[in-house]
Amino acid sequence: MAPLLSLRGIGKRFPGVIALDQVSLEIGAGEVVALCGENGAGKSTLMKIVGGVYQPDDGEVQVDGTVVKINNVNDSMRLGIAFIHQELNVLDNLDVAANVYLGREPRSPLGLINFKKIHADTEPYLKHLGMNFSSWTPLEKLTIAEKQMVEIAKALSLKARIIIMDEPTSSLTLQETDRLLGLVLELKQQGVSIVYISHRLSEVEHIADRVVVLRDGKNAGELAKAEIKHDHIVSLMVGREIKSTYTASSGPKTPGYLKVRNARSSRFPSKPVEFDATRGEILGFAGLVGAGRSEIMKAMVGLDPQGGAEMTVGDERISIRRPADAIGHGIYLVPEDRRGEGLITGMTVRENTTLPSLERYSTFKLISRERERKVTNEQIVSLKIKTPGSETLVLNLSGGNQQKVVLGKWLSMSPKVMILDEPTRGIDVGAKAEIYRLMRELADTGAVILMISSDMEEVLNVSDRILVMHEGRITGVLERAHCNEENVMHLAVGKNIAVAKTATNL
Amino acid sequence: MKKEIGISVLLFVLCAVTAILNPKFLSPVNLVNTANLIGLRGIFSIGVGLVIITGGIDLSIGSMIALNGMLLVMALTEWHWAWPVAAAFALGVAMLLGLAHGLLITRCKIQPFIVTLCGLLMYRGIARYIAHDMTKGFGNAEDFKTLQYLASGKLFGLPMPFIFLIVIAVLMWVVLHRSVYGRYLFAVGRNEEATMFSGVNSRRVIAFAYILAALLTGVSAILFAFYTNSVSPSSQGNFYELYGIAAAVLGGCSLRGGEGSILGIVIGTTLLLVLENLVNLLGIDSSLNFAVMGTVVLFGVLADQFFQGRNQKKTGRRGA
Repeated sequence: MAPLLSLRGIGKRFPGVIALDQVSLEIGAGEVVALCGENGAGKSTLMKIVGGVYQPDDGEVQVDGTVVKINNVNDSMRLGIAFIHQELNVLDNLDVAANVYLGREPRSPLGLINFKKIHADTEPYLKHLGMNFSSWTPLEKLTIAEKQMVEIAKALSLKARIIIMDEPTSSLTLQETDRLLGLVLELKQQGVSIVYISHRLSEVEHIADRVVVLRDGKNAGELAKAEIKHDHIVSLMVGREIKSTYTASSGPKTPGYLKVRNARSSRFPSKPVEFDATRGEILGFAGLVGAGRSEIMKAMVGLDPQGGAEMTVGDERISIRRPADAIGHGIYLVPEDRRGEGLITGMTVRENTTLPSLERYSTFKLISRERERKVTNEQIVSLKIKTPGSETLVLNLSGGNQQKVVLGKWLSMSPKVMILDEPTRGIDVGAKAEIYRLMRELADTGAVILMISSDMEEVLNVSDRILVMHEGRITGVLERAHCNEENVMHLAVGKNIAVAKTATNL
Repeated sequence: MKKEIGISVLLFVLCAVTAILNPKFLSPVNLVNTANLIGLRGIFSIGVGLVIITGGIDLSIGSMIALNGMLLVMALTEWHWAWPVAAAFALGVAMLLGLAHGLLITRCKIQPFIVTLCGLLMYRGIARYIAHDMTKGFGNAEDFKTLQYLASGKLFGLPMPFIFLIVIAVLMWVVLHRSVYGRYLFAVGRNEEATMFSGVNSRRVIAFAYILAALLTGVSAILFAFYTNSVSPSSQGNFYELYGIAAAVLGGCSLRGGEGSILGIVIGTTLLLVLENLVNLLGIDSSLNFAVMGTVVLFGVLADQFFQGRNQKKTGRRGA
């Protein structure tokens, strides 16, 4: 008998990247298949192809042994495929039944929504899922776990035969997670197939019949039920050749120069974080997407109104509440979202460069453009920013040069602690190398550099030490000698390993 | 700068056409009268423009002109306060109202449209209530001749409101185009998030824009009270917020925020008044006034979109 869903030789290219290369996947009826892989391994892209969001460039998709073309989300629904995204696609202002039947509301003879029918039809699914709220409950009254159940109810009402769950437990509590896993097994008994994408390998061990691992957009291997072990999965996820281009630092080092205590973010309010960093080092922050790294950094520079941190830089004790507290003490953030948070793209290179330090270039609050131009031109020269001049609008520069403008803005203010969040995302290889060189130079001149990166190669090649986070918690710090993909991966999925050290007391 | 040149050309053409069709346009009486009105409206238009540059809006201008004008009249003629105190009182109340707008918008996160719409309704109501809905005049103004002269006299043959506008425009030009605050104003209007990431207290910047707008409206309120020589609480300043917004938009301010200039706003105000003047002088039914104004603003903005669209194609995608 043909498998329920079969993907053969799927390829997908985006400008500059091969996201998927000859990937194959088969799913039988009533099977729970876990899809594992690092950040950027291609899991989401593959599932988006199944869900009709992307079209594959190569390969074919078969359902029940027939080749199908999935052009859009409706096609995939018609084939009995339901996709439950990590960010739930529910409308908070509508009630449960309206969400379940959104876009395919049965009509009354007058052409209006047949409310009686949608509620009557929704209730049995909620009962079936063991939910104790009614179809009339507005979504805003529900917890995240309950909203997820609404999505599952919707999938069931669509008579879905395959439900894809992308990181379904990432925002659930332990009990809610247990319940969801129980439900997955129940659905399986009823013959529904599940594709389960998760970074939580213990969950995968618990429920998966088979594990398919992707690495760099290719099939890295499969594990049958009996072989599913935490370590086996990790070794398939990693094991890629990483060419080492690490350049050791040459500058002086002051261990314990930066001490961060009680850094709380609003995303993980009950998990304050503490760590120490050395002056002159690049401390990499690794972890899976959603581990809470960016959140902690934002709290450290006062951008999280509910969060905050206590810090010591050198001998100075600093309490951070507002962005100005951090900036006043030489602690700067180069945010992940360059266009949204790092730059004002509609303004010139000069205006962006001097925005945080305008007072320095003004007399009696009046700006001297001459002085602004001077400092901007210095940064353009020293960072080799490719721009026609200081008066060019930032939106006309390439990604790499835009990032250099963000760097230049802070470098002109002598940073003590520089935090870079995904510093080279969307930047071409040549500009990447330049940015790494600038980071190293800055560290050697006596700054602390904290670099968040989800790019394994970058973390391993740039960091002097690597701090790994897992779900809002620091799982350990790796000294240079122990920095390898396997160790990072183990810590990133929340496992303790012997060589990892604690983040404080250097 | 391109935008200012564009509407300057439009203004010049309009003036020329009007002058040719009716030479009275260039008569000293008409010019002085128009200059007076430009002064009166230009001052609060600059205020609205500043708020629009932050990406906000101020709908309360007209009602504030009524309320603060009424407070001024009552302070002078009924409570017999010394004129400097009365004027300071009117301006002080305006600034407090502006502060209230700013705080509601930045702290309580209420949309500027709603906050100032409520202002529009509340201040009009209060003005009518305190005056028992009656028009109040200045009478013979024995005790405050100086203020009357300052507000409605002439200097070097130019009406005082026009002189005030010139002084205020120069001051605000420096603030907007040369000062640290002005840069923050544009930055907040373009991308509040990134401005905050650069350590700028964006809430304070925005709140201050509402205070400035209210202060300039307060100045206008005093000038208008003396221009009309009496304040009728139900009609004083009606629709003036819309004149201000129209002038600012015509002058190149974008309601998305982050764009605009003082010169543009002043030219925009002038353009709208010349247009009104043209409707009058050419004997067009004055009931068409608003229709003409609306049409010109609409085409002005359309033309601007068109040219911007062409520029964008040349320079590539515009940032969010």
